[in-house]
Amino acid sequence: MSIFPTEEKIWWNEPVEKSEVLWVAISFIWALIMFFMMPYWHFAGEQNLSNEAYQISPDAFEEKTEAFAAKYTVREDPVSGYPIVAPPAGSDVYMYGKKWEWWPMLELQEGKSYRFHLSSLDYMHGWSLLPENINLQIIPNYEMVLTVTPTSNGEFSVVCNEFCGIGHHDMVGKIFVKK
Amino acid sequence: MANFRTCPDTGFKIDLQADKLIKWNAVTAVVFLLVGGLFGLLVALTRWPAVHLLDAELFYLALTAHGLDVLLVWCIFFEIALLYFTSAILLNARLVWPKLAWIGYWLMLGGAAMTNVAVLQGDSSVMFTSYVPMMAAPHFYLGIILFAVGALLGCAVFFATLHMARKERTYEGSIPLVTFGGMTAAIIAVFTIVTGAVILIPTFVWSLDMGLIPEIDGLIYRVIWWGMGHSSQQINVAAQIACWYAIAAILFNAKPLSEKVSRTAFLMYILFLQLASAHHLLADPGLSAEYKIFNTSYALYLAVLGSMIHGLTVPGAIEAAQRKKGYNNGLFEWLAKAPWGNPVFSGMALSVVLFGFLGGITGVIMGTEQLNLIIHNTMYVPGHFHGTVVVGTTLAFMAISYWLVPTLWQKEMVFPGLAKWQPYLFGLGMGCASIFMMGAGTLGVPRRHWDIAFADSPIGHIFPEAANLMMGLAGVSAVVGSLGAGIYILNMVGTILWGKAKVPAPAAAEPTTAATPSAATSYGGAGTMAVPGTFVLAMVFLTTFVLYYFVNWKYLAGVWHLS
Repeated sequence: MSIFPTEEKIWWNEPVEKSEVLWVAISFIWALIMFFMMPYWHFAGEQNLSNEAYQISPDAFEEKTEAFAAKYTVREDPVSGYPIVAPPAGSDVYMYGKKWEWWPMLELQEGKSYRFHLSSLDYMHGWSLLPENINLQIIPNYEMVLTVTPTSNGEFSVVCNEFCGIGHHDMVGKIFVKK
Repeated sequence: MANFRTCPDTGFKIDLQADKLIKWNAVTAVVFLLVGGLFGLLVALTRWPAVHLLDAELFYLALTAHGLDVLLVWCIFFEIALLYFTSAILLNARLVWPKLAWIGYWLMLGGAAMTNVAVLQGDSSVMFTSYVPMMAAPHFYLGIILFAVGALLGCAVFFATLHMARKERTYEGSIPLVTFGGMTAAIIAVFTIVTGAVILIPTFVWSLDMGLIPEIDGLIYRVIWWGMGHSSQQINVAAQIACWYAIAAILFNAKPLSEKVSRTAFLMYILFLQLASAHHLLADPGLSAEYKIFNTSYALYLAVLGSMIHGLTVPGAIEAAQRKKGYNNGLFEWLAKAPWGNPVFSGMALSVVLFGFLGGITGVIMGTEQLNLIIHNTMYVPGHFHGTVVVGTTLAFMAISYWLVPTLWQKEMVFPGLAKWQPYLFGLGMGCASIFMMGAGTLGVPRRHWDIAFADSPIGHIFPEAANLMMGLAGVSAVVGSLGAGIYILNMVGTILWGKAKVPAPAAAEPTTAATPSAATSYGGAGTMAVPGTFVLAMVFLTTFVLYYFVNWKYLAGVWHLS
C-alpha cells in the first residue's frame, strides 16, 4: 500500500507491471513527437519568432520610433489624432508601448513583409494583435526584432495583455492592412 | 521526549507535536483559501461583463491578493501539513525539531499577513508576478521572503524527521510511496525557495530605493522569477499526486502497480520540472529558439512523461484493488462500483480527470514554443492554471481533508450530506470556469484586464459577441465553484468547531497496518494485462491529447507569418 513502506527493502527491486511498460513506451513516443514538432516548425512552418533582440535604452528607442513616424506618416486617425504611418514594404517598422498607448498606428500591405522593432518605454507590456491573436512580451530596455507578413487585410487592434498599471485596459493601438 | 497517541481509525502512532502542527497548518491554509477565494469571486464577478462589479483599482488589487493567497499561501500551508503527515505520521516517527516547525509556522503566517497588508494598502497592486520595473511597497516583497523562509524551515523539519525515522528504525524497507511523493514536493520546494530568494531579495533591496540596487533587468527578472513561480506549482503537483496515492490506499487498500515506475515518475519531476521557467518566456525577446525548445519541453517532455505515468498508475492501482475485491466484470465494473458518494473518492477522481484533461493537456500546448504565440497572456493562461491548481491540486487537498480532518480531530463531519455534493459542485463549477476562460483566450481576450469593452479607451477594440458570452459563462461557473469552495470551508470549520466526537466503529478498531505482505496486497498480472479499464481510459486521454495538440497547430498555421 502506498501509505506503508515497501515490501522489498529496496524499492528499485519491486516488479513492474506489463501495462505500465506499454504505457511508458507509448507516452515516450508521443513525447518525442511533440519535442520534434518544434524544430520541425522552424523549417516547415511560417510562424516562428526570430532570435534577434537588442538592448536599448527607452530614450533611444523612442527617438528611433519618432524618426520612423516622421518619415512615413501619411495621415492622422480622425478619432484619436494618432499618426498613421505607412512604411514601404520590406522596411523597418517601429512601435513602442508606454503607459497607456501603442504608438504609432501602422498601415501595411497584405502579403508584404516588414521588419518589426518593438519595445517598451516604461513597464512591461503585452503586444496582442487582434483578432489574429498573436501575442508577444514587450520588455523595457529590449528591442525585439521580427519579420511580420500580414496574410489578411482590414483593421487590426493591438491591445495590451500584460498588466501595466491602472490604465492598462485602455491601451489599444491599430494596424490597418490594405489589400 | 516525544509523546504519542494511537489513532483509533488507522492504528498509526501520532506524535502529539506533529498532530498539533498539522492541524494548525491545515486550518491556516483553509482560512487563506477563504480569503483568497473571496478575492477570486470578486475578480470573477468583475470579469463577467454583465456584472463588472469592482472599479479598476479594486479589481487589480483583488487580482493581486487572489493570486497570492490561494496560489501561494493556501497551497503551501496545506503542503506543510502534508509534509508533517507524510513524514512523522506515516513513518510512526517523532517530528524532529518541533520548535523550529513552530518558528516556520509563525514566519509563514507573519509573512503572508504582511504581504496581504501591503496589497490592501493599495500601493502594491503589481499582480502575483510583480514584474519589474513596476514597484510594490517593500513589505510586499519582505512578506513573501519571510513566508518562504518559514516554508524552508518546514522542509528542514521534514527532512530531519525522515532522517531520524530511518535512524531510529521506525519502519522497515523503503519509505512509503506517499512519503516519497512528499519528499519530491519538499525537494522541489527547496529549489523553488532558493530561486525565489535569488530574485526577491534583490527586488526587495531595489524597492527600498536606497541606491544599492538601482535597477533590475526585466528579462532576467522573468527568467529567475519563473524559476520560482513555475516550480512552486510543481510542489503542488507532487503533493497532489501524493494525495491521490494516499486516497487510493486509504479507501481501497490499493497498492501501486509497481513502486519502481511510480517512484521513477516522481524522480522525473525532481530532475526536469525546474526547466519549466521557460514556459513563461516563449514570447520574450532575447532568448534563442534552442533555449526555448530544450527548456520548455523539460528536455524531452520527461516531466510530462512523469505525469502521464501517474495518470495511469493512480487509477490503475484502484482498478487492480477493486478487481481483487471481485469487481471483475467487463472493463469498468471496478469504476462503477467505486464510492462515488464519498467526497474523499469523488474529489480525488475528479481531480485526476480534470487535472489531466484540463490542466495537463493545455499546459503542454501552451508550453510548445510556437503555439504559445497564440496563447501567451490571454485568458487561456488562467484557464489552464485553474485546470491545474484549482480542479487539480485544490480539489485533491479538499478530498484528502474529508478523510484527514475527521480522523485527526476524531470528529464526525458536520454536514455529510453537503460534503457528498461538494466535490462535484466545486470540480464541475471551476472546471467549466477553466474551459470558458480558455475559450475566451482562443478569441484573444487578455488576462489581467479590467474592461474588454474598452469603454474609456480613445481607440478601443470590439471583441466578438462569443468572447463576452465566454466571459459571462466563466463568471457563472466561478460562482458555482465558489459555492462549492464555501461548502468545503463551512464543513471543515464546522466539523472542527462543532463536530460530534467520533464513536470508533468496531471494524475500525482493528488497525489496518498490515504492513506484512499478504495475498490481498500482492498481485500483479502474470502475463495478463492487469488493468484493462484504466488502459482504455489512458488511451482515450492520449487520443484527446493528440487531436487537441494538432488542432492548435492548425490554428497557428492560419495566423500572420512571423520569422
